[in-house]
Amino acid sequence: MRILVVEDDPVLVDGLAAGLGLAGFTVDTVTTCEDASAALEAQTYDTVVLDLMLPDGSGLDVLSSLRRRKNATPVVLLTARDQVADRVAGLDAGADDYVGKPFDLDELAARIRAAARRGAGRASGVLEWRGVVLDPARQAASLHGGPLTLTRREFGVLRALMERPGSPVSRAALEETLYGWQEEVESNAVEVHIHKLRSKLGAGFIKTVRGLGYRLAEESP
Amino acid sequence: MNSISSRLLTVLIASTGLVWLLAVIWIYASTQAEVERVLDARLMEAARMVNSLQAERRIELALADGGASPLTQLAIEDDSYERQLSCQIWSLDGRLVGRSEHAPDDRLTDAGTGFSERTVDGEAWRVYSIENPDLGVRVMVGDSRHVRDRLVGDVVKGLLIPAGLILPFLAGVIWISVRRGMSPLNGIAKAISSRAASDLSPLRNENLPREIAPAVYALNDLFSRVNEAREREKSFTAFAAHELKTPLAGLKTQAQVALASRDGAIHANALRQISAGVDRSDRLVRQLLDLSAVEASDGVLTMETGRPMKIIERVMKEMPQAPGRMKMLSRADDQDIVALFDPTLLTLALRNLVENALNHSPRDRTVTVRLAEAAGRVDIIVEDHGPGISESELPRVTERFFRGRARSSTGSGLGLAIVKEAITRMGGTLVLKNRQPHGVSALLSIPVPEAS
Repeated sequence: MRILVVEDDPVLVDGLAAGLGLAGFTVDTVTTCEDASAALEAQTYDTVVLDLMLPDGSGLDVLSSLRRRKNATPVVLLTARDQVADRVAGLDAGADDYVGKPFDLDELAARIRAAARRGAGRASGVLEWRGVVLDPARQAASLHGGPLTLTRREFGVLRALMERPGSPVSRAALEETLYGWQEEVESNAVEVHIHKLRSKLGAGFIKTVRGLGYRLAEESP
Repeated sequence: MNSISSRLLTVLIASTGLVWLLAVIWIYASTQAEVERVLDARLMEAARMVNSLQAERRIELALADGGASPLTQLAIEDDSYERQLSCQIWSLDGRLVGRSEHAPDDRLTDAGTGFSERTVDGEAWRVYSIENPDLGVRVMVGDSRHVRDRLVGDVVKGLLIPAGLILPFLAGVIWISVRRGMSPLNGIAKAISSRAASDLSPLRNENLPREIAPAVYALNDLFSRVNEAREREKSFTAFAAHELKTPLAGLKTQAQVALASRDGAIHANALRQISAGVDRSDRLVRQLLDLSAVEASDGVLTMETGRPMKIIERVMKEMPQAPGRMKMLSRADDQDIVALFDPTLLTLALRNLVENALNHSPRDRTVTVRLAEAAGRVDIIVEDHGPGISESELPRVTERFFRGRARSSTGSGLGLAIVKEAITRMGGTLVLKNRQPHGVSALLSIPVPEAS
């Protein structure tokens, strides 16, 4: 799951990149409103974590212009002023959730997952498909009730596919989900992860849709 | 009661009443004098008339038979003032020769020709008598004091009764006028008391009476100043919350990363970040304390004549940053330059200014400090080799918590605000200019002592 963190404090940005990375997110960071708007136009994110006071303006302006462009990416606001009026203003401007500083990293991660889930139109946090259960909160997976060990990247690929079962996901989209700006992507990285997943889940679990990418196989006929 | 309308009402009614009372007293006195004069003249005339009638023998006197037949022709037929005049004619040897119908039996006076007063049978009389030696009689005409007083009393009563009727009406008219006159004040009081505590919008000020307009203008002025102060405080609080809580959020996040990660490199990085975050928070707290120290100096400035060079040297010595990064460009006689300043404030201003310059300069460039004398002031110039300040941000960099795009990672947005506050309080100025090709030149001007 790829998220954008908009925050200008260097210590906090560093911590968020490291901490949310550990929680299984692919994290991009920017420090200004301008960079945030540019990143949001260039890239699709599952969730945006947005600070309100930025060097070149207010995060609320970024949020408003995002919503004006009919971009429904879920937004979680970070703010120091944890007062009702501020929360109302943030939520009314189109935010999906609101976290007051200082926050708990696990709580922030959970709220990001929840916002992304609601953004994708799902109520449950757990993904299920043909006996495979993914729990993004715990980064845990199981197959028919038994344990299933996945690497972080494999988990990411499977999750991206299970979030939209039945519809194909392109190789480029999978790469974007898995790798942030700073990370080098090997040309066949996605194929390698798919191959490993097939060997763990069964060859028929993930189908290749020629020219479009990959999708999960329908229930066995 | 301390109310303008009731005070006005009391004063107006009391003074109107007092005017009426004085008028009544004056009319009473003058009427009394006039009545005395007229009645005295009438007494005299009546006495003379009786005397002359006697002399011409138009009336017969019972001189011989001892006063059995009284005279009756002088009674006036008037209801209230009946028996006003009484006439007695006495022979000079002391016999009552004749009298009018209601005249008392006792002698009205013992005096000779002229006016006199006497009490007969418990009644006071004013009497005029004429001695007529030719006839051997004394004519006395008198009127009752009581009747005279009643006459005057009736005149005064005629004045007091309408007054008594008019006064309540007058009070009503005064009351209504006062209420009318006070209605703009009541309107303003109502407008103020009915608004919410947070409503600091100005009061309507069209069609105001001239007497109230200054008060309304003053109130509106106060409202706008309170509003400004509140807005300033609000934004200060918002910025302070952000600047204090963001580093805390950073510390907490890094601590949680350090706890969660088993990767040595991530662990070490998190701890380094925590250490940097603590340094930054420390600086922020120090600057907030500096700012409150500057503000606390309000009104208790200790301006003294001293050598700015001493302050500059001390600030440079105490700087925790690498000492090699600061250079003092001083000439031999700079030590002798004197200025008028508050040592604490100048130290705070200079320390924050130099710190700001160091934070924005590359590590391998020096920050230079110079001292210069100009007409009526002393300049301290701090120059750095940082990225400079964009022209659009120049006017705003001295605002509290303003951090431009070229922010340093350790800045809080308070440094230049402290410098500006401190220097303004000492009557000096801070001017920031971009240098070519890059960097900022900060000019700190402080006043010189007068008459030196």
